[in-house]
Amino acid sequence: MTFLLVGLSHHVAPVELRERVTLDTAAAAGLARSLGDAVCLSTCNRTELYLAGGSEEEAAAALEAIAGEPLDGVLYRLHEDAAAQHLFRVAAGLDSLVPGEGEILGQVRDAYEAVTPGPVLDHVFRQALGVGKRVRTETAIGESPASVSSAAAALAAQVFGDLAGRRVLLVGAGRIGELAAANLASRGAEIAFVANRTEETARELAHRFGGTPLRLDELSAHLGDVDVVVSSTSAPEPVLRADEIPARRRTPLFFIDIAVPRDLDPEIAKLGGCFLYDIDDLEAVVAETLSGRRAEAARAEELVAEETERFRSWRASLDVVPAIASLRALAEQIRSAELAKVRVSDDERRTLESVTAQILNKLLHLPTVRMKEAAVSADGAVYADAVRHLFGLDDE
Amino acid sequence: MVEALFWPALLGYGEAAFAYASARTSRLATWGVRLGFVAQTLLLAVQAERAGGFPWWSFAGSLNLFVWLIVGAYLIWGCRPRYRLLGLAVMPFAAALFVVAGLGGAAHSAGHPDYGSVFLVLHVGFVLAAFAGFTLAAALAGLYLWEERRLKRRAPDILRLRLPPLASLERLTRRTVLVSLPLLTLGLAAGLGRLAHEHESLDALEVVTLATWGVYGGIAALHPTGRRAAWLAIGGFALVVVARLALAGSHFA
Repeated sequence: MTFLLVGLSHHVAPVELRERVTLDTAAAAGLARSLGDAVCLSTCNRTELYLAGGSEEEAAAALEAIAGEPLDGVLYRLHEDAAAQHLFRVAAGLDSLVPGEGEILGQVRDAYEAVTPGPVLDHVFRQALGVGKRVRTETAIGESPASVSSAAAALAAQVFGDLAGRRVLLVGAGRIGELAAANLASRGAEIAFVANRTEETARELAHRFGGTPLRLDELSAHLGDVDVVVSSTSAPEPVLRADEIPARRRTPLFFIDIAVPRDLDPEIAKLGGCFLYDIDDLEAVVAETLSGRRAEAARAEELVAEETERFRSWRASLDVVPAIASLRALAEQIRSAELAKVRVSDDERRTLESVTAQILNKLLHLPTVRMKEAAVSADGAVYADAVRHLFGLDDE
Repeated sequence: MVEALFWPALLGYGEAAFAYASARTSRLATWGVRLGFVAQTLLLAVQAERAGGFPWWSFAGSLNLFVWLIVGAYLIWGCRPRYRLLGLAVMPFAAALFVVAGLGGAAHSAGHPDYGSVFLVLHVGFVLAAFAGFTLAAALAGLYLWEERRLKRRAPDILRLRLPPLASLERLTRRTVLVSLPLLTLGLAAGLGRLAHEHESLDALEVVTLATWGVYGGIAALHPTGRRAAWLAIGGFALVVVARLALAGSHFA
C-alpha cells in the first residue's frame, strides 16, 4: 500500500490559484472520503491530499476539477519517505511562510480528525503531530513573535512580565494598533481607554474592547492610569508630547507608536521609566526574531530527518509483519494439532500446553527479532520471502 | 583526604563560570554548579564534623562558607534558562572567591575557634548568609540595569537574547534584600553584643558593615523602584565587597 501526497502550496502556486482550491474542513474531509483512504489538508497556503493506496492521478484530477484548470507544473507528487518528510515539515511549521508559526499544527490535527484514516495514514499523521510538538518544545522556533503586533505585546511583557491587570490606552483606530491591542488583551491586559479623533469611532472601539472612550485632548489626563499606550492615528502632528507625560511614576510606561507619521514625541524615549517603540523599532525586532527562527529551523530540520528515518523503519518493518504472523500461526497450528493427538489428564494437558508454548516462543523469538532488524536495514523483503519459501507459507 | 573535595567543587564552579556564556552550554553549566555545590557541601560537612563545631571562623574558612551560601542562594531559582545570564554574573565571582579561599587554606580543616559555636553561627553564619543574599541581589540589579538599557536603546535582539522581565528582576531583587536584611541585623546584633560585653571598639570592617546595613535598610524602608533601586542594591554590594575582601583580614585576625 503506497503512501503518497499530491498537492500545491504557496511555494509553487500564486494566491489566485490557491484561493480557488482552498476548502473548509468539512469540504476537505468530503474530498478525502471520495478518494478512499485519504486526508486532505487545506489552508490558505496549501491544499494537499495524503493517500494510502489511492490513485495519484485520481487525486490530481480531483484538485484540477476544484481549480477549474489543469495544474501541470504546479502540483507536486511525493511518495513514501519524501511524502512523510514533507508532512513532518509542514506540521513543524518549517514549510510555512513564517518559519515555526504555530497555527499549522492545529490545522494538521483538524484535517486528520475530520476523517477516519486507515493504519498507514493514522500512523503518519499521529507521528506528524508528535513531530510538530517536539519541534516546538525542543527548539525555540516558535518562541519569538513574527509580526509587529505580537512583537509589541511581547515587548510589553518584557517590561511588565505578566500582563494580567495591566491597563492599556489605545489611541486611534489603525488596523495594526487594533491588532496590537488585541494581542495585549489576549495576554491578560485590559484595554482601559480608547481615544480617537471622532467620538463615534472611539465609542465603537471602546465597546468592542470593553474600555472607556476618550477624546484626543483627554489623553494626558489619563496617562497616570495606564501602563501601555498603543497609538496608530493618521494625525499629521504628534498626539502626545514629552512634556505631557506625568513625572515621578513608580511603574514604567510603555509606548507603542505604530503610526506613520509618528504619533508620539520621540523625546518620550528619553524620560525615565518610559519606553518608546515606533514602527521601525518593531520591524527591526521582528526581523531579528525571524532570523532567530531561521537559525532554530536548522535544528528543527534535524528532528524532522530523525523522525523521517523512524517512519522509514516503521514502513520497512511492515514488510515482514505478515510473514512473521504467518510463521507463528503455522507453528501454533502444528502445536495444537499434535497436542490434540495426545491422550492425557487435564492437569497433564495444561502442563504440556505451557511447555510447548514456551518452546515455540523460544524457538521463534530469534528469527522474529532478526527479521525485524533486517526490515529496518532494507533486507526485510528478502528475509520475508525466504521464510515464506522455507516454511511453505504461500502454499496454504 | 577531605581536601580533595575542594577540587571537584572548584572544577564545577569554574566550568559553570565559562559555560554560562553560551546558551548551548548553559545546561552543562547548571550541572557544573550542582555538582560543585554537592562537592563543597561534602567538604563543609566533613570540616564541621572534624571540628565538632563551627570551623569557618578564619578569613579563608569564612570565604569558603560565603561561596557555598552564594551558590546555594543562586541554586534556589537561578538555574532556569531565562536566568542564564544571572549565572554568568554570579558564578565567575563565586569561582574567583573560591580560588582565594583555597589559596588561603580553606580546604584544610581549621583548628578550634576562640569563640563558641553558637556565637559564630549567629554572627559569622548570619552575616555571611546576608552578604550572599546581597551578592545575588546585586547580580539581579545588574541584570535589571542591562535589560533596562537594552529596552531603552530598542535593541533589535531584545526578544532573542531574552532575560526575565524588568518587573520580575525588580521584584526578585527587593525580595532578596528583604530576606537578607534580617539575617544581617541578627548577625550584627550578635557581634555588637559581644563587643559591648568585651568593652571593645568598632573596627573598620564593623563600620563598613553598619553602613551596608544602612543602605539595605534604606532600600527596605523607602521602597525605591526602577534604576534607583538597582543602583542602591549595587552600591550596597560594593560595601559588601569592601567588607568581605578589603577589610575582613584584620577582623578575622
